[in-house]
Formats: sequence, structure tokens, C-alpha cells
Amino acid sequence: MDNVNFDVERGEIHAIVGENGAGKSTLMKILSGVYPVGTFEGKIVINGAEKEFRNIKDSEKSGITIIYQELALVNQLSVCENLFLGNEIASRGRMNWSKAYIEAEKALQEVGLELNPEMKIYDLGVGQQQLVEIAKAIAKHTDILILDEPTASLTRGEVENLFQILRQLKAKGVTCIYISHKLYEVFEIADSITVLRDGKSVGTKKANGVDEHELITMMVGRELNKMFPREEHQPGEVVLEVENWTVLDPEIPDRKLVDNVSFVVRRGEILGLSGLMGSGRTELAMSLIGALGTHQSGEIRLRGKNLDIRHPADAIRNGISYLSEDRKESGLVLMMSIKDNITLASLDRISKNGVISENEEIRASEEFVNKLSIKCASIEQQSNNLSGGNQQKVALGKWLMTKPEILILDEPTRGIDVGAKVEIFTIMNELIKQNVCIVMISSELPEILGMSDRILVMHEGKIAGEFDWKEATQEKIMYCSTGRVYNERSN
Amino acid sequence: MNEATNGQAPLQKAAKKSSPLKEAILNSIRNNIRQYTMILALIGIWIIFAILTGSVFLNTRNLSNLFMQSATVAIVGMGMVLVIVSGNIDLSVGSVVGITGAVIGFLQVYGKWGTIPTIIVGLLIGVAIGFWQGYWIAYRGIPAFIVTLASMLTLRGAVLGVTHGTTIAPLHKPFKAIGQRYLPRLFLQDASFHDTSLIITCLIILLFIIMSILRRRSRIRFGFKVISLPLEVLKITAISVLIGFVLYIMVSYRGIPYAILVVLVVAVILTFIANNTVFGRQIYAIGGNKEAARLSGITIKKRLLMLFVLMGTLTSIAGIVFTARLGAATAQAGFMLELDAIAAAIIGGTSFSGGIGTIPGALVGALVMASLDNGMSLLNLDVTYQQIIKGLVLLIAVFVDTIFKSKK
Repeated sequence: MDNVNFDVERGEIHAIVGENGAGKSTLMKILSGVYPVGTFEGKIVINGAEKEFRNIKDSEKSGITIIYQELALVNQLSVCENLFLGNEIASRGRMNWSKAYIEAEKALQEVGLELNPEMKIYDLGVGQQQLVEIAKAIAKHTDILILDEPTASLTRGEVENLFQILRQLKAKGVTCIYISHKLYEVFEIADSITVLRDGKSVGTKKANGVDEHELITMMVGRELNKMFPREEHQPGEVVLEVENWTVLDPEIPDRKLVDNVSFVVRRGEILGLSGLMGSGRTELAMSLIGALGTHQSGEIRLRGKNLDIRHPADAIRNGISYLSEDRKESGLVLMMSIKDNITLASLDRISKNGVISENEEIRASEEFVNKLSIKCASIEQQSNNLSGGNQQKVALGKWLMTKPEILILDEPTRGIDVGAKVEIFTIMNELIKQNVCIVMISSELPEILGMSDRILVMHEGKIAGEFDWKEATQEKIMYCSTGRVYNERSN
Repeated sequence: MNEATNGQAPLQKAAKKSSPLKEAILNSIRNNIRQYTMILALIGIWIIFAILTGSVFLNTRNLSNLFMQSATVAIVGMGMVLVIVSGNIDLSVGSVVGITGAVIGFLQVYGKWGTIPTIIVGLLIGVAIGFWQGYWIAYRGIPAFIVTLASMLTLRGAVLGVTHGTTIAPLHKPFKAIGQRYLPRLFLQDASFHDTSLIITCLIILLFIIMSILRRRSRIRFGFKVISLPLEVLKITAISVLIGFVLYIMVSYRGIPYAILVVLVVAVILTFIANNTVFGRQIYAIGGNKEAARLSGITIKKRLLMLFVLMGTLTSIAGIVFTARLGAATAQAGFMLELDAIAAAIIGGTSFSGGIGTIPGALVGALVMASLDNGMSLLNLDVTYQQIIKGLVLLIAVFVDTIFKSKK
């Protein structure tokens, strides 16, 4: 984060917009005291007084409450218990339940929720849970309410209801900071809008004095640098066809994570899959390799042949490999050696009757350590002692060893340094020459524009746009990502 | 030039100042510090008891007994390593040992069955219980803690049902030999040492040396890096001496007991499974990072089912050894064994959060536990203190481990 400035007036709804990684969540962590004073430079001024937050309590005392995208309610406790969690109504350690219930009902009324405060959180829908969070903030007499992507898992009706409540709160003088990347919602609710880009504040505008085009230009208007080793590829025949692919949320059955998606992947091309966080890209990839369970429908055809993939093992056997987006959470077994990680998905290739051939194993892992120039003391080195870039190369090596026909790379360069990024791009070009098809999921527009031959944009589980790389621009992609149709008028 | 890896320790080419050999040894110690500390702790415990008991503790008769005492815990503890490595736990082992013994005793005494058929039935009981538990854990998603706790209670009830709370005896002589007798002498009936055991000891060491040499040769042939020759010789010698020392204790007493032979065979098989098979590697991956393992195409359910079947089988083997040693089936057989087995695995360096653990470690852990029992009994220490001290040793072992980890 670098030199962010913005002012919020009392009693307004102030939206903060920006791409993934623009610095929205870092900003929130500073305002809420998660990053204590001293870990950053700059000032927070509330009502003319400079504030220093050493922890979350300090921030709460100044009247700030944050409601995160991932709600922070304790599912097994009742609504009433959650409302006063950490601020229990008690005298000398003894709960005063009757007073708590009266206060709880008051707070729930304020957000238009008519339910028994004794209900457990897990019996409520996501929309209701969100309102309980807001009621919790009201019970704390919050002056400044910060909402982080509040509508990510709400239905349209619930969104309208939420907006209604926010307007009422505004009328009572509560200030609201509303973080979102859904521009149409921002225009509906916000009084003023601040744009963040690459950790900087680009500017603040009155909502009625700015249009969408201007906003999108502010969000993406960066220089494209030349770090991408673009090579001309000659896309060949269709290898993979996905048709009417739909994935349901395992927890909320009427919500579609992926909604009737159809696309093809051609031999020798890099297909870029763009979209904002939560647009369904990762869910699409995970469901294709059979890692999401049974809540899906549609057809996949590999070279014209229908596939029935129920487990990642089926995908690997059929030549479809998926490099997961978080190498530490789901990519590597960090306590295992480089060798054990590289061979993990291909143990069948180097074993006979279930016994691993030690020589084969060493040969294969040394091959990939050399090919991908992984910097390490030896192939026996534990992978958690490696740098992020080298870890990513180990994960990549694991998938290359499966000899995939289709390689899905989910955020292949997240959190690694520029040098390693370029190396990974070069490897991708190399793979294309070997007739591998690459699907690259990325949140970084420059990367999508710099490497893809063809670009698909996802929004709310649907494919919202498709571009050839020559005609794609940051603005066009951002339009599609935010659920808008790009038209030439905007130019 | 000739520094490289020794299978576990990454060695860097930083050895220019001091001699490469010394550097390599230091590196190896640094990387396997947990194993070395446990061996040192074991030696420390032995020295303390030797001093306190006026060397009674260290005579070959006592040490031989000690090894036999540790056999049951060692067998179950080695299996427990794999279960804990996979991120699970097995609390049922004590009751499985109990039910195996009870059924075998019942069949031998009341059913007049022979030794071999009863052993087969005993093993089948273990396999069946493994399938039962593995099914609930892997395919029904019930936590292993709950499933095996349920089995622990259920099977203990079954043991009472079979034995009616009494002791079932006498068992057949050949069966009792598994837990009580030593390998027969082959040629020299009156020698001061046990000839069969000496031959076996020599064969084991010879086999180990030959395999090490073959492995080194094939690595060189493939053009891989190998550790320097002096270091290799040192390593082979050290391990051979260790094997020789342990077995010599038995050679110079009454020979290798059948029970220890079972432990050795199980140890070799499990070490092979852990280090050299796809199944073993996948178990470590599942415990290390379940999601990464799943995305790498590992069929977690099948693997966990297999693991619990293996564990059930091992436990019934331990049950056979235990019952044979006691010479009778009792309602209390195996009581609290699960805790000793878990303690042996943990003391031997198995990480409770999964993914890390070795089979030889559990052997050392079992020896530590048995040495404490044995030594404190020799000192006529009250059972009260025995329990307290064993508990504290477990705590300290894990504490030492966390210190080393945080320093890393």
C-alpha cells in the first residue's frame, strides 16, 4: 500500500472500489486495528482527532465496526449471544439474560429482522446472518460501519433489503464505508466513490458526478509493461469441449457457482480465464477435475470423447491437470521433500506393483529440478525451506510430470517475484510448443493480456465475454468482469 | 565434489573449511536431531538405572526380558506411527488385543482347536475390525477418535462376554512359545552363546551391508550423486554395530525370542511400506496436506480403509504375542495399551499433527517406555510413581521437540 488518501463525510455512504489486489483488504485491516499502529505510515483522523489503533478493541472504541465478507458469527450460538459477543450484558461476570434479550430485540428491529433472538445462527440464511452482523454493530453504537463485499452471497431481494437498511442507518447519521467491485451496486447505494489501484488511491468522486466508463478507466488505467515474453502461437484443433457446465453451491443448493458455461480449448493456445474474486473461475476448474463433488451437471469432451470425471485421479488419468491457486494450502505437502512433491501425482509411473523405484524417482525429480531450474541444495530438501517462486516451480513440476494434455494453471504467479514470473511465462510458451493446452486463471489483468491467446471473462458464474488478445483491453475486460456489456459508445 | 545426499540430509557444498566428512556427519545430526535425542535419552535412562540398580539392569538376562516386555507395545506402536502420520488415531488397540486373546483362549480351551487355526482366527478378527473401523472413518466421515473410542468400549464388553471375567488357561504349549520361548539351538547345545541367534545376527548384518553396497552401485550407475565413500563406510559400520549390539545381548543370553523375531519382521515390513511403497508415500501425503493429496489424485478413502485394515492386523499380531507371553486369556488383557502405543510413537518423533514419523522411532519409543517400566520395577518403585514418571517423560519428549522446531 502506497500513499492512500481519502476523506469520508459523516453520514454518507462511501464506496471503495478497485480490482483484486488493489489494496482494499489491507486498508480495512489498518482501519480495524488488525495491523497495529507502527506497522504502517500515515494517519487515521476521526472527527478531527488523530487515532492510533494498537488492536481491534481500540478501533471498536472509536466507533468503527467491520463486517467481513466471511461473516464472523459463531454458528452454534444463538442470535442474542452473537449480538453481544465480547460485549456481554453482565454484572460481575453473571449474564443478565432478560436485559440481553430486550436489547437484542431492539437491535434486530433496527435492521428489520423479525426473529427470535434464541435462534441459532446456523438456522438462518446468509442474508439474515448479514443483517445480524449489522445489528451487532448497531448494538455496539457504531459510528462508522465498514462492509467488505457484503453482497457476495446474497440474492437480489436480499441485496435490496440490505440497501434499504443501509439508507435507514445513514438517515440516523451512521457513516458507512462500502467496499465492492460490483459497480452497478456502488452507483445504486453510494454517495461518493474512492478508487484504489495497485495500493494507491487514484481519486475520490461524487457518485452523481462520475460515470461507469470514467470509473473503470481509473481502476485499470495503468501502464502495461513489457515483461511478458509473448510469442505467436498457432492454435490448432479443438481438444477440450465443455458444454452447459453448471455447478451448485454444496451449502446453498439454489446458488449456482458456475452457471451454464460452455467453451472450448484449442491445441497450442493459452486460454486466459479472467474475472474478479468470487466470479466462479476456481470453482469451474475444480469442478472440471472432479474435486468439487457431485453438485454439477454438463458435459466435458476430450478430443470428442465424453469424460466422466468424479475424482482428481480420473482427471489426471485423462491428461487434465490443475495447479491450484494456493500452493501452501492445497498445492504442496510442505514437510515433504522436493522429490516427494514432484512425484506425488505420478507415483504410478515410477512404481511397479506398488513399490516405488528409487532410481526412477530420483531421475524424474532431477529432470524437473533442472528443466525448471529450481534452486535448491538437493532434491531431498524440504519444500517449506524454498522461496515462493521455487515452491511454485515444484508444484508446476509435479503437474508436468503427469504429462498433461490440458494444464489448468490457477494464479500461476501469485506471490512470486518478477524474475520467477518471467521464468514461469517462458515455461508456458515452451509447453505450448510441446502441444500442451494451457488454461490460465488469473486475477492480474496485465498477465491475462500479456500471455493469453484468447480470453474468457467470468462474472457471477457465467461467461460474460470472450476476446481475442489482439482486441482485448483492460477496460473491456473490466466491463465484463463487473457485469456490464462493453459498447463502443464508451469510447 | 563427492558431497551429496545421504537419503535424508541435504548437504551443501560448504564444507571447504573443515573436512567434508565431519561436515557431513554434523549435517546429518542436525537434520535428524529428534532421532538422535531419543537414542541419547534411551542410553541416558539405561545408565541411570544401571547405576541405581548396581548394574542388574544392564545384565543380558534383564535386557533380554526388557526387549520381550516391549514387544507388544513395539508392534502396536509401529502401526500407530502410520495411523498418526495419516492424521488419525486408534484408541481401540487395547481392546483389540483383548478380544484376539479372549477368542483364541476360548477356542483352545473350550473348543479344543489347534494352535494354527486359532492364530488364523485371531488374525481374521484383526482384519475384520480394521475393515469395520476403516469403513466408518473413511467412507462415513466419522472422526477416527470417535470410531475407535466406540470400538474400545464395545470390544472391551465383548472381551468380558467371552471370558466371563475369568482367566482362560492353559493355552497350548506351541502357542505359548510365541511369547515365552527362544529360537532353538542348531548345533552347539552347550556353548556359552546361542548359535542360531549368532548365525541370524551375522546374516542380518551381512544382508544389510550387501544391500547398501548394491544400492550405492546402482545409484552410481545411474549417474546420481552419492555420499562420499568414507561417510558411507562409517554409516554402514555404525548401523551394523548397533544391530550387532542389540542382538548380541540376546545371543549371549538364551537367544532371540520368537516375540522379538516377530517385532523385527514387522519392523522391516513397515519400514519398507513407509519408505518404498506408493501406499506409504500417500499415507504421509494425506497426513501432511489432505487437500494437496486429494488434488494430486490420491484416493483418500481407499487408502485410509487399507491403513486401518493393516492396523487391525498388526494389533491382532500384537494380541497373539501378548496372550502367548501371558499364557492365558484375561478380561484385562491390553488394558491401557493404546496409551502406551501412542506414547511410544510420539516419543519416537511422530508428529501429532500428521505427516511426520518413522518406524524405527517407534521402536526406540517402545524401548524407552519398557525401560522405564522395567527399571522402576527393579527399584521396587511404587506404581504411583511409575505412572507419574512415564507421564512426565512423554510431556518432556514432546516439549524438547517443540523447542527444536521453533529454533528451526
